[in-house]
Amino acid sequence: MKLYRNLSIKQKQVVWAWTFLAIPVLFYTVIRFYPTFGAIVLSFQEWNLLSDKSWVGLENYQKLFADPVFWKVFKNTFIYLLLGTPISLVISFTIAYHLDKVNFLHATIRALYFLPFMTSAVAMAWLWRWFYQPVPIGLFNNILASLGISQLPFLNSTFSALPSILAPAVWAGLGFQIIIFMAGLRSIPTSYYEAAEIDGVGPFTVLREITIPLLKPTIVFLVVFSSIGFLRIFDQVFNMTTNDPGGPLNSTKPLVLMIYDTAFNAFDMGYAAAQTVVLFTVLLIVSLVQLFVMRERKHG
Amino acid sequence: MKPWTKNLTGLALGAGLALSASASQAVEIEYWQYFFEARVNAMDTLIEMFEAENPDITVKQTTFPYADYRTKVAAAIPAGEGPDVVQLFYGWLNDYVEAELITPLPVDAFPPEQIRAEFFPMVQAMEKDGQYMALPTAVRSLALFYNTRLFEEAGIDGPPETLDELVEIATALTKTDASGNITQVGLATGMNAQDHHWWREVLVRQMGGQSYTDDYQSVTYNNEAGVAALQFYADLQMTHNATLAGFMDQPQAAFKAGRAGMLIDGSFRIGALDKTRGLEWAVTELPAGPDGTRSNYSSYWVNAITTKAEGEKAEAAALFLAFITSDEAMQIWLDTVGELPAKPSAALTEQNSNDPVFGPFIRGLAYAHTTTFANESAQRQVLMDAMQRMLLEGQSAADSIAVAATEEQAILDGYYK
Repeated sequence: MKLYRNLSIKQKQVVWAWTFLAIPVLFYTVIRFYPTFGAIVLSFQEWNLLSDKSWVGLENYQKLFADPVFWKVFKNTFIYLLLGTPISLVISFTIAYHLDKVNFLHATIRALYFLPFMTSAVAMAWLWRWFYQPVPIGLFNNILASLGISQLPFLNSTFSALPSILAPAVWAGLGFQIIIFMAGLRSIPTSYYEAAEIDGVGPFTVLREITIPLLKPTIVFLVVFSSIGFLRIFDQVFNMTTNDPGGPLNSTKPLVLMIYDTAFNAFDMGYAAAQTVVLFTVLLIVSLVQLFVMRERKHG
Repeated sequence: MKPWTKNLTGLALGAGLALSASASQAVEIEYWQYFFEARVNAMDTLIEMFEAENPDITVKQTTFPYADYRTKVAAAIPAGEGPDVVQLFYGWLNDYVEAELITPLPVDAFPPEQIRAEFFPMVQAMEKDGQYMALPTAVRSLALFYNTRLFEEAGIDGPPETLDELVEIATALTKTDASGNITQVGLATGMNAQDHHWWREVLVRQMGGQSYTDDYQSVTYNNEAGVAALQFYADLQMTHNATLAGFMDQPQAAFKAGRAGMLIDGSFRIGALDKTRGLEWAVTELPAGPDGTRSNYSSYWVNAITTKAEGEKAEAAALFLAFITSDEAMQIWLDTVGELPAKPSAALTEQNSNDPVFGPFIRGLAYAHTTTFANESAQRQVLMDAMQRMLLEGQSAADSIAVAATEEQAILDGYYK
């Protein structure tokens, strides 16, 4: 106590600052950094939860990179990302852009778009799974059949299964992206638009020269946010393909599902940890790219 | 002889003195199983009876949802936080034995030669180095469920006895709409459900092969028998139009909805079908092969004593385990849960084997095989993929089976290395 009394005000402030900071620091250390570090260590070990862990060096990684399923899964994960992110952003921007101009029932329409985002992903996945079933229970195929059109395989095809799963995932994320886009649109000063109007600029040029450039921080945020979301896709795939997880023939399996399967079906924890480290690295790279893009804008 | 085994022997012989020596203190042991209402009720009944017989022992039952059970057990037992007596799937036991988390059953209370003689043969998989590691209360087997109303409607007298009859009846029961979409299947199928067991232990044997070597460490279905078995299974859909993989999402759902004439499923399905209103069904043994061969697949959950139970608790645990694997307990389990007794003496009573529902399952036990899995879901996936390659990519049965054999051997090699 005496020690504390002898400190200067400045020093006391530092002590208090660190006292408060200690809570998040401790939290992050125990909840984030320690398990992350543990997972990295585990990726060099073999462990089935029951026996003692044993060191295997790089064996898990060698096995991973030699596994054709891993590369298939890696490719799938990036297909989810490369299809999902642009499609969802284009749709949500289009909706937000037009919704911004609608005054009639604006709040109600906005709430309707936001609704899927609040729905449980599991319930949604099972509902869509039912939509996609073949005759006699599937909604889509029943409609097709009643029109005399032949059925579509949807989930039961190596070609169409992935897009079929992606569709509800994109739809579920739309509400959130629309809200963010609208906030971005509202934050653009109206004086720019007024100036453009005075100059007699067409709407397409306004969109290209004013709206989109000024939305860049919003777009960057959403690109990164939805990229991470699609790289980590799991709920939809897991719930829509429980009969053949990640199938058919691994055509829909994302990295996270492979990790889950390795950890909780094969109980090969070290191998699962190695997969986690790979996923972590991918996500880290995506985040670093984000920082890079943001910084460029500030100085430019 | 360790003091506690002495007590146990004393008890088994009914000697009161040894009992009173340990009876002075109350012992509580913990029992774990997954949550399934009928199983929990059956166990509650058994615990009540056991406690009445052994007033100095109390048994606490803890349950977990099925989906979490394996992980919970695997996390708790090595940490010493787990139960004294635990229910494990037979396929998991090996890992627990190797990690020395299971105490082998004491030989004097559970003599191996007696168990070998009294239990169904597949339970012998639980014996290691002259000691039993664990024992089941109940076992499960497969049978053919059929919808009696649909059979009547189509004018079919009775269920199929052979594979040829199965194909014939299934084809007759399939219905399509005007544009050729299947609206009712003769046989509900799905490699993801029980069909991979039917294929492995039944169809391959009926085609004259065997899916694995006797130690289940090497795949032996990459031959004529394996190809014939896969071709037979695929032809049900591809040639005979008697089924459709993925019809109504799950085979049991199609059967429950009355949209499937037949279904191959386990005895654990009885309860759910019983509760389905308006469904009229019956059960028969799995159809015999071309040369009359019958086979079946059996699986079971075992009760084991963990290394956490020491001294008095180990003694109490052994007593409890002996009680829940007695004929009496097995009959209660059958009546409450619908799972079949693990001993012929309890299963093959006149009443049980003539039971129209349990009978076919119980008769199937006599010729059932139990696959020793290294990783059941991965090995199941191999067969699902083999089927999908034929259905979606047009691969031949021979090519598909060759790929499957390589994939599955890699799984086995990885596990037994």
